[in-house]
Amino acid sequence: MHELRIAQAVIDIVESEITRRRLKKITAVGVRVGALSGVHPDALSFSFEAATMETPLAGAKLVLEYLPAKAKCRTCGRPFEVEEFVFLCSSCGSGDVEVTQGEELDVVYLVGE
Amino acid sequence: MNNRIAIEKKVLSANDRLAAAIRAKLEEQRILSLNLVSSPGSGKTSLLERTLGALNSTLRIAVIAGDVQTENDANRLVKAGGRLVRPIVTGGACHLDAAMVTRALDQLDFGHIDLLFIENVGNLVCPSSYDLGEDMKVALISTTEGDDKPLKYPAMFRRSSVLVINKTDLVGLSDFDVPRARDNALTINGKLRIFEISCRSGDGLQAWYEWLIEQAAIKKGRPS
Repeated sequence: MHELRIAQAVIDIVESEITRRRLKKITAVGVRVGALSGVHPDALSFSFEAATMETPLAGAKLVLEYLPAKAKCRTCGRPFEVEEFVFLCSSCGSGDVEVTQGEELDVVYLVGE
Repeated sequence: MNNRIAIEKKVLSANDRLAAAIRAKLEEQRILSLNLVSSPGSGKTSLLERTLGALNSTLRIAVIAGDVQTENDANRLVKAGGRLVRPIVTGGACHLDAAMVTRALDQLDFGHIDLLFIENVGNLVCPSSYDLGEDMKVALISTTEGDDKPLKYPAMFRRSSVLVINKTDLVGLSDFDVPRARDNALTINGKLRIFEISCRSGDGLQAWYEWLIEQAAIKKGRPS
């Protein structure tokens, strides 16, 4: 399952931060998921839970921040929210747009000590 | 006491780092690299067979062919004349990643390649998240699929530079409408360069070959 590999990548980052910062216990992991990242939030939560079972990270909560897709039109300069993945400027209809938000897939924070 | 510790690290940073290393290595030799993506059965391997047959004496072409199981695609490409073909068997992963491509590239001599194709696993979802160090993604759809394909898999078509519509010889045998497919694709990505081809009949392939030759020359820094 694709999100399982993503969950494992999150876990790898968390484990490397635990080592680097000499942390003892993690209770939560904050992850930012953009609408265009190709990752489904529910599948990621499920995969994270499955992958941390019976590991030192078991019980750590995955807190997801979901970011909608936003873009800026290069023709008229106006920003807009990308609805239903239609990448056409909502003001002038141009297809020459630049994505400004939505491709994020980041480990944002850890809660622990 | 429970502290909130800021991390701000990209989840795919490991893959991105490897992809950046691949990109740098290909840049050094000015090798044009194309990541071929599509649903299973759209015609990636057929397109590569045709391309090898037509351009093998014009361009030095290498192919990395990925699949979940078997080396069937890689074997077809060797039969079609591919001299630099390396298979990747993922054994379960639904996409290629930069680590797999790095290992395959380690088996190739970079000094003798003009054009590298990476034939990804047939999947329009997962491969869009994994940078392989390529110059461009080339997405394929075929006329036996729905013409709303680009709308259903926007992330992939958004991240592609080229769309190849294959199996034009079968237009009329399904409800696939080519102008509608083009419109749908351009709604998702207004910058897509679109080719309409048939690997079976050969229609439209000349424009594809000419584009490849032109792009490879641009990459090498030579006037085309």
